[in-house]
Amino acid sequence: MQAKMQAPRSAVSGRAAARSRVSTTKVVCRALNSMESPYAEELKKTAAYISQKGKGILASDESNATTGKRLESVGVENTEDNRRAWRELLYTAPGLGQYISGAIMFEETLYQKARDGRQFVDILLAQGIYPGIKVDTGLQILPGGKGETTTQGLDGLADRCKAYRKQGARFAKWRAVVKIGEAGCPSTTAVLENAHGLARYAQICQENGLVPIVEPEVTLGPGDYSIEETAFWSERVYSHVMRLLNEYGVVLEGILLKPNMCLPGLDAPVAPPKLVAEVTTRTMMRSIPPAVPGIHFLSGGMSEEESTLNLQALNEACPDAPWALTFSYGRALQSSTLKTWAGKQENWDAAQSILLKLAKANSEASTGSFKGPHPVPGGGRILQALRTGGAGK
Amino acid sequence: MALMMKSSASLKAVSAGRSRRAVVVRATKYDEELIKTANTVASKGRGILAMDESNATCGKRLDSIGVENTEENRRAYRELLVTAPGLGQYISGAILFEETLYQSTKSGKKFVDVMKEQNIVPGIKVDKGLVPLSNTNGESWCMGLDGLDKRCAEYYKAGARFAKWRSVVSIPHGPSIIAARDCAYGLARYAAIAQNAGLVPIVEPEVLLDGEHDIDRCLEVQEAIWAETFKYMADNKVMFEGILLKPAMVTPGADCKNKAGPAKVAEYTLKMLRRRVPPAVPGIMFLSGGQSELESTLNLNAMNQSPNPWHVSFSYARALQNTVLKTWQGKPENVQAAQAALLKRAKANSDAQQGKYDASTEGKEAAQGMYEKGYVY
Repeated sequence: MQAKMQAPRSAVSGRAAARSRVSTTKVVCRALNSMESPYAEELKKTAAYISQKGKGILASDESNATTGKRLESVGVENTEDNRRAWRELLYTAPGLGQYISGAIMFEETLYQKARDGRQFVDILLAQGIYPGIKVDTGLQILPGGKGETTTQGLDGLADRCKAYRKQGARFAKWRAVVKIGEAGCPSTTAVLENAHGLARYAQICQENGLVPIVEPEVTLGPGDYSIEETAFWSERVYSHVMRLLNEYGVVLEGILLKPNMCLPGLDAPVAPPKLVAEVTTRTMMRSIPPAVPGIHFLSGGMSEEESTLNLQALNEACPDAPWALTFSYGRALQSSTLKTWAGKQENWDAAQSILLKLAKANSEASTGSFKGPHPVPGGGRILQALRTGGAGK
Repeated sequence: MALMMKSSASLKAVSAGRSRRAVVVRATKYDEELIKTANTVASKGRGILAMDESNATCGKRLDSIGVENTEENRRAYRELLVTAPGLGQYISGAILFEETLYQSTKSGKKFVDVMKEQNIVPGIKVDKGLVPLSNTNGESWCMGLDGLDKRCAEYYKAGARFAKWRSVVSIPHGPSIIAARDCAYGLARYAAIAQNAGLVPIVEPEVLLDGEHDIDRCLEVQEAIWAETFKYMADNKVMFEGILLKPAMVTPGADCKNKAGPAKVAEYTLKMLRRRVPPAVPGIMFLSGGQSELESTLNLNAMNQSPNPWHVSFSYARALQNTVLKTWQGKPENVQAAQAALLKRAKANSDAQQGKYDASTEGKEAAQGMYEKGYVY
């Protein structure tokens, strides 16, 4: 809400006169759609396309450093060309567009090409996949000694959005992380700070023609906290996020949400899909207005199989959901794909085949029609530590 | 749409050396009942009869048909309403004023018992009315939080199962941020207190029809007000599966030159609801706020042409009672005809709730406007 000071109607001197004309701060909320924005309609269409039934997002926006860790885990050196080759493997998987409606990229990748010279953005568009771009520049530790973080990236964001859009991106992503399960976490500061960042980012994106994925991740972490505690804090966090989106006039029909599923802490027993579904759908029903077209859950450490089974259970629990209940998976689509490739050309087709099987399984789960068996059953959690101080590299 | 509820468990303190902030426990004694009541009121083809006019306001109604404002006349009028045969087919809940909650029929049967037999849930107005808000341009705030917990407990004992609190927001007078905030704050605190006493709170921040503003300005203000209201309700840990909303429809102001037909009102109102109301809320029961009986029904009908994530229905006072009063005229010999008029309007709105209302059966009376500039409830 942009508060406008109403000018005092009487400029006449004298206390009585001044007091008889009370100036009050009016409720003024200039939502984007009331401002004749050239992008409002396009944003809604893009968001509707990405969240269409049976499709989800491939999150492939790992920073160079994080990508490096992944490549190194299968014995591949972290060079620009290896990163390029790895992403080419993903984006050229034949028929990927049947299951994937958007692919999030890191900045470097947005400008890269396949071996045959075609731009990645063109390859994706030809597959019916919208290119998206990670626009935050990483996590930074908040003062307070609890290891809580805020997300950076507002400086120069408008200009960057313009450039990304010119290159072909049509949606953006910003990951905010809220830690729970430890004494004093989450602090009010952390919640407000992360919600604020998300809202400002979303507003700037919409102004510059990119659909913002709003990602408030209540992160899966150590501790034996219960699924109900995750749900409790998730509701608080989403409540703050929604209120700030409203205050900044973000058009809800033109965003996508990327939340966590509600899971107990790592040291508590793993919750079965039915329970995850019950608690997660309850949390979404309480927190997310129907105007938001798609809820694309992050996988956040769940195994590939867990990610699919939980998504399937969510759609069984809530078949008439007013928003799409679908996925934006990184590790849950890439982990086995990467292991299969291991940097070897002779494994290229087999790796793409795994990716397509995983994408198909999650596509089915997003319509409640996954029957199994899972292409990669029995995998363990795929955890990664929070990385701070990256500054966008 | 009632999902199975698990109560928010409080956390046991972890082993020594790692104390955690306990998850706040909301009193869960009434959770299941609240959800059941809310879903009963928000049931298909049914809505609310708002008959909770204060004694003074009821007096205005009686006065308009030449009837004296006595307790007996108020009682007789309310008896006419709640004993209309078969009313429960179309009406799921009726909001009463405190006096009425304790009244009985001529033959000595308690109104709440009559209603229960009619399958109508009794509700109770719990606010203490509007008063001017300091340092604003004539805006008001709603009183009623003091001792509210005790009042609600008493009303529950007397048979009420839902409550209502009406705050107002004026577009021509602002609305100022402090008025918007107080409106939302009062509603949120009332809602939390009511739920803890077993009453489903109807949450009503009425954006008044008065003004020359266009429908876009109405949308803007309504979006801001509902954002603020949900913000404070979340802070107060109100359980959304156990509330009902009572918004005004999104329309142009009464004195706006550009009128809006039912399709436009529906489009704007549904847009506002979709942007602000989480699907956990079971029912949205619109107020009529000065619209004519016909307009109120047509607009509701337009909103129900395709499925909504919440039950979209009515909580009408004037738009159900206007013709009833005129037919009754305070005369016992007119009671049956007056009840027939009530059933006719209730059925029309029941049809509208299901999106199948046929306006060709209406008479002139229904189209009569009921907007009153500067109306004081």
